[in-house]
Amino acid sequence: MLMQPQAREGTLVSIANGGILRQGRWLVRGVDLTIARGEIVTLIGPNGAGKSTTAKLAIGVLKPDEGTVVRSAGLSVGYVPQKLSIDRTMPLSVERLMQLTGRLKAGKLMASLEAVGIPHLLKAEVQHLSGGEFQRALLARAMARDPDLLVLDEPVQGVDFAGETALYELIGSIRQTTGCGILMISHDLHMVMAGTDTVVCLNGHVCCRGTPAVVSQSDDYRRLFGNIGRGLAVYNHNHDHTHLPDGRVQHGDGSITDHCHPGDGHHHAEGHDHDHGHDHAHEDHAHDHDHHHAHPHRAGEAHRHA
Amino acid sequence: MLDDFFVRALLAGIGLALTTGPLGCLVVWRRMAYFGDTMAHSALLGVALSLFFEVNLLLSVFAVAVGVSLLLLLLQRRQALSADSLLGILSHSTLAIGLVLVAFMTSVRIDLIAFLFGDILAVTPADILLIWLGGAFVLICLVFLWQPLIASTVSHDLAEAEGQNPDRARLLFMLLMALVIAIAMKIVGIMLITALLIIPAATARRYSASPEAMAVLSSVLGAIAVIGGLFGSLYGDTPSGPSIVVAALVLFILSLLPVAGKGLASSTPMTGDRR
Repeated sequence: MLMQPQAREGTLVSIANGGILRQGRWLVRGVDLTIARGEIVTLIGPNGAGKSTTAKLAIGVLKPDEGTVVRSAGLSVGYVPQKLSIDRTMPLSVERLMQLTGRLKAGKLMASLEAVGIPHLLKAEVQHLSGGEFQRALLARAMARDPDLLVLDEPVQGVDFAGETALYELIGSIRQTTGCGILMISHDLHMVMAGTDTVVCLNGHVCCRGTPAVVSQSDDYRRLFGNIGRGLAVYNHNHDHTHLPDGRVQHGDGSITDHCHPGDGHHHAEGHDHDHGHDHAHEDHAHDHDHHHAHPHRAGEAHRHA
Repeated sequence: MLDDFFVRALLAGIGLALTTGPLGCLVVWRRMAYFGDTMAHSALLGVALSLFFEVNLLLSVFAVAVGVSLLLLLLQRRQALSADSLLGILSHSTLAIGLVLVAFMTSVRIDLIAFLFGDILAVTPADILLIWLGGAFVLICLVFLWQPLIASTVSHDLAEAEGQNPDRARLLFMLLMALVIAIAMKIVGIMLITALLIIPAATARRYSASPEAMAVLSSVLGAIAVIGGLFGSLYGDTPSGPSIVVAALVLFILSLLPVAGKGLASSTPMTGDRR
């Protein structure tokens, strides 16, 4: 702790040169990351970039195989995992789910459910919730604990568009009112750019970092997100919040590479063919509209690498 | 009419059912039914080793069950085979090794059927004491482990992140399972222990609104199955261990009937109307 150069006042977690090795492969390596009280740090990056791994490293679910992770003493965490499956044989109401790791006062419990817009589901069984409702319940649960650090792994997956905006606003306001630090993983670049203090762009390592304005101008970011990122300046009605940067990477060879230069699993927005592959690239997207600026490029690339 | 041995059998069976209720719920929620089965099957190896080395039977069975579950955790980490294949290998090979070892020991003759299917009618007062004391111990431990166990059943990572220490809870849970299996062997036998864990829990699911309610109801249903099964075996002259399991199954089938479910659900508002 004493030796940590990043350990300044209000630092909740600091990762120095953190790496996770699994079966001879580095899922992430050389990650430096700090989260301070009152700060929103967002991790972005393609599938397999190690976003969830980095989040788990920060909160101690995974132990680093390289480097160090320092958490402030007595740090309390509220965690919304990316995935969870509850067996149908387990009777679990939202009310019980809220108190999974500790009792809550009734007022606090209801206030949190109201904040995420599902107070009417207090007694509902979690297995009967829709994907979006379940995400809201998980977010309410994490914030009701009044943690020092909120870790949100794709907190709005499956939430409808209007709700998504409201939830991002809520997340921002939690930071304002409680002063907690927030580590978030998001695919929604627009939201990220609007409501984050620090963006960390991951691709097996930290590609680039900084304020949203700085990151969106950086070359690494351009390489990873290409025209989608640039398009954010042009259109601001971005429905496609989960898979935006992924199509290309799936068609590329490796999901994890140590370098992010062009041709190494990521592709420039150059030399694409505008005429091909529209439907193909979008076939598993829930909302395949409103990408006027972005998707011709993406689709072309997807076709090119198919 | 009730002979002394029958009262002893009832006391032993009910004591065991009260313990297996909450434990069985956790087995069902955590999808560990086959894991429980494997631990139970390894008990025969424990029996054989206890005879071979002349050590206490309970201790030997407990140690082998713990050993097998630790071995399984170790093998799972290597991820060479899927969990259910590993369970199948461990389950049946420990049972087989146990049987082979027993055959080698020509000097001792054991009643294999009693170990495989239980002999609840032969329980002694000392056995009953063990069942109730051991059962109370297991239940008290479960009360303390309940929150981390429930939290890690929902999500291991979430429990870990929020300071619940799920790995320790799981290890202690496995020790408790091994203890209950060692205790239960005499009542329902190696082959049927898992049934007493799973069937009452599955029956209770439909009528439970919370994990805690389901745990309590499983205990009650298990006790009813013990009573029903023992009386059935008394009047029908059937083997007692299997009769208890059949009684538990009957309760489960009843819980599946649509009428039973609706009757229970609608009874609540009805009592509210009349006053």
